[in-house]
Amino acid sequence: MSAPAVSQSGAEDIAIDVRHLTKTFDGRAVVRDLSMQVKRGTIYGFLGPNGSGKTTTIRMLCGLLTPDSGTGTCLGYDILTETEKIKSQIGYMTQRFSLYQDLSVRENLEFVGRIYGIEKPAAAARAAIERLGLSGREDQLAGELSGGWKQRLALGACTLPSPQLLLLDEPTAGVDPKARRDFWNEIHALAADGLTVLVSTHYMDEAERCHEIAYIAYGELLARGTVAEVIAASHLTTYTVSSNDSSVLARLTDELSSAPGIDMVAPFGASLHVSGRDKDALEAAVALYRGRKELDWKPSEASLEDVFIDLMSKAKDNFQ
Amino acid sequence: MTKLIPDEAPRRREGRGFWRKVWAVLIKEFIQLKRDRVSFAMIIMIPLLQLLLFGYAINTTPRNLPTAVLLQENNDLTRAILAALQNTRYFKVTELPKTEAAMDRLLASGKVLFAVEIPANFERAVRRGDKPAMLVAADATDPVAAGSAISALGMAVQTALKHERAVPDSVQMPFEIRTHARYNPAGKTELNIVPGLVGTILTMTMLVFTALSVTREIERGTMETLLSMPITPVEIMLGKIIPYVFVGFIQATMIVLLGVFVFGVPILGSIWSLALLSTLFIASNLATGYSFSTVAQNQLQAMQMTLMYFLPNILLSGFMFPFAGMPVWAQWIGEAMPLTHYLRIVRAIMLKGSSISELQYDALALVVLTLVTMTIAVTRFRRTLD
Ligand SMILES: Nc1ncnc2c1ncn2[C@@H]1O[C@H](COP(=O)(O)OP(=O)(O)O)[C@@H](O)[C@H]1O
Ligand SMILES: [Mg+2]
Repeated sequence: MSAPAVSQSGAEDIAIDVRHLTKTFDGRAVVRDLSMQVKRGTIYGFLGPNGSGKTTTIRMLCGLLTPDSGTGTCLGYDILTETEKIKSQIGYMTQRFSLYQDLSVRENLEFVGRIYGIEKPAAAARAAIERLGLSGREDQLAGELSGGWKQRLALGACTLPSPQLLLLDEPTAGVDPKARRDFWNEIHALAADGLTVLVSTHYMDEAERCHEIAYIAYGELLARGTVAEVIAASHLTTYTVSSNDSSVLARLTDELSSAPGIDMVAPFGASLHVSGRDKDALEAAVALYRGRKELDWKPSEASLEDVFIDLMSKAKDNFQ
Repeated sequence: MTKLIPDEAPRRREGRGFWRKVWAVLIKEFIQLKRDRVSFAMIIMIPLLQLLLFGYAINTTPRNLPTAVLLQENNDLTRAILAALQNTRYFKVTELPKTEAAMDRLLASGKVLFAVEIPANFERAVRRGDKPAMLVAADATDPVAAGSAISALGMAVQTALKHERAVPDSVQMPFEIRTHARYNPAGKTELNIVPGLVGTILTMTMLVFTALSVTREIERGTMETLLSMPITPVEIMLGKIIPYVFVGFIQATMIVLLGVFVFGVPILGSIWSLALLSTLFIASNLATGYSFSTVAQNQLQAMQMTLMYFLPNILLSGFMFPFAGMPVWAQWIGEAMPLTHYLRIVRAIMLKGSSISELQYDALALVVLTLVTMTIAVTRFRRTLD
């Protein structure tokens, strides 16, 4: 696996630059030797299954956790020694809602405003409430808001001080598709204005909306680059096979899964994605089925999901 | 489409903004306290309840305390004394032991709280003006009861003797009452209790409020947001402590007012000195509670630590037992607790009219203890989630 080189045109262009970060909890390495660079003004997607170390990495970036080893800078400040400066320039949205449930929407926002030294915290909170569409709910206790509104408030709180870097930990988990789309439009508008956004997510469609992505599993960074680069770097060969008869496909799934040379079979609507790491072995395996009349084989490109599942199963063999 | 960030970034103030951040936390804590009905009720109810419970014990004139009387002679005078004892209603003669050993056993077993011994030849000695001794042994584990009963005893017996005309009128006190307060030789007066209660109630409530303040944020998950913001441990601590200084001050005022107007405890010294040193004591307790909260892993642990701290405070501070009567090691422990110093201060100001300059040592001790606990709290405060 080859990671694309990140341009080293100058430190000012890089918002996050960390090298060889390692974090161990109770003797278990949760993040291993992780290096990543995020250019200013980009939306950087951070993907990986649950428990892979995304939250831990984000916490190390903003000084909430101290790495066991490794170095790095965030907005040009050292993540080990200058966390105070980092904190005043970033907005961090935690995975779990962690504003004060017993404070109202307005009180929470005013609190944040005061901590960041905003001149008119009450006015800033009022403006944020309007911007976020929270008008009419400003006096509701945060704990009484529904999930979607809580997320909105959390987002409002971390953007209130106009930070240079946003660290968003699964900001759209459990949010409806319309709100998700709005959210991504907003994020893109922010990035266009020069803000850097690091966002962790589970959703493949969101990954494709990022300028660059990094995929992490079992604490190890397995791939990074643009979506196209990550797919190219996977060296997966993929065929799409379709049929008019869905029962044929169902039976075929089992057959193909155990066939040598085929590493992955994944249903995609009325067709199957069949992928292999070794092009020749895959061709040989597929050749056995080409003769069947009811099947229609087409070479295709691996999807991001195919790539991630493949990376994860490879990583599993290595680490578990 | 809504927009997350304003077109124009909100202006930020220059500089570190130490007090501004303290203020931010302070407002937040006040709002949270206001919303927390249970805590709010506790602020009022704990002092009220404690004071009324203790106050009841203070106010109640002891009645019908079981008493043993050992009469070494039996005649009109001794019978009159016996009747007089009963008449005071303080005493209820429940036993008439025959020997001193039997009387001691009654006292030791707790069957009686008082033992009165009238020696042989008492009447003759009185008539001769020899001032014979009447022996009174009191179980003074309850010093309040013992103290007032003993003073009533002397009066009652003297009156009885006058009626008997056994004594020439010229003699003021024809006999001597030799009291022996067992189990608690210091025999404090009730006035000691109200000032003492100011100290113990403040210790308890202030600890309970702050001991939870950090662990609560950790357990509710809000610590993650708080730590991700540009704020230091000192700012968080002060912001969390200062609201409770007001709370403590209100409590102290409540107790002192009740003490003065309901229980008639005087304030002989300066009320300003009392206010000032009480504030210092409140801050000291808050710092202690807060430092527990930085050490404890969760709210339960914090509560357990508070209880463990509270017990020696009650026992070794001079609230329950006279400080001077404690062994040296216990006195050393006592000196390390804010309550010990505050009890001296509050008793001296209220009951003796002492000034701050006379209380320099204890005031200074409070300052030092406050600073030490605050330092512990700040250094123990975890700046990360590690
Ligand atoms: N404070 C902690 N103590 C011990 N283990 C932790 C702690 N935080 C996270 N972990 C473990 O580290 C692993 C990675 O967690 P996390 O970074 O939250 O993953 P993700 O955000 O990708 O789901 C998980 O197995 C989790 O149980
Ligand atoms: Mg996570």
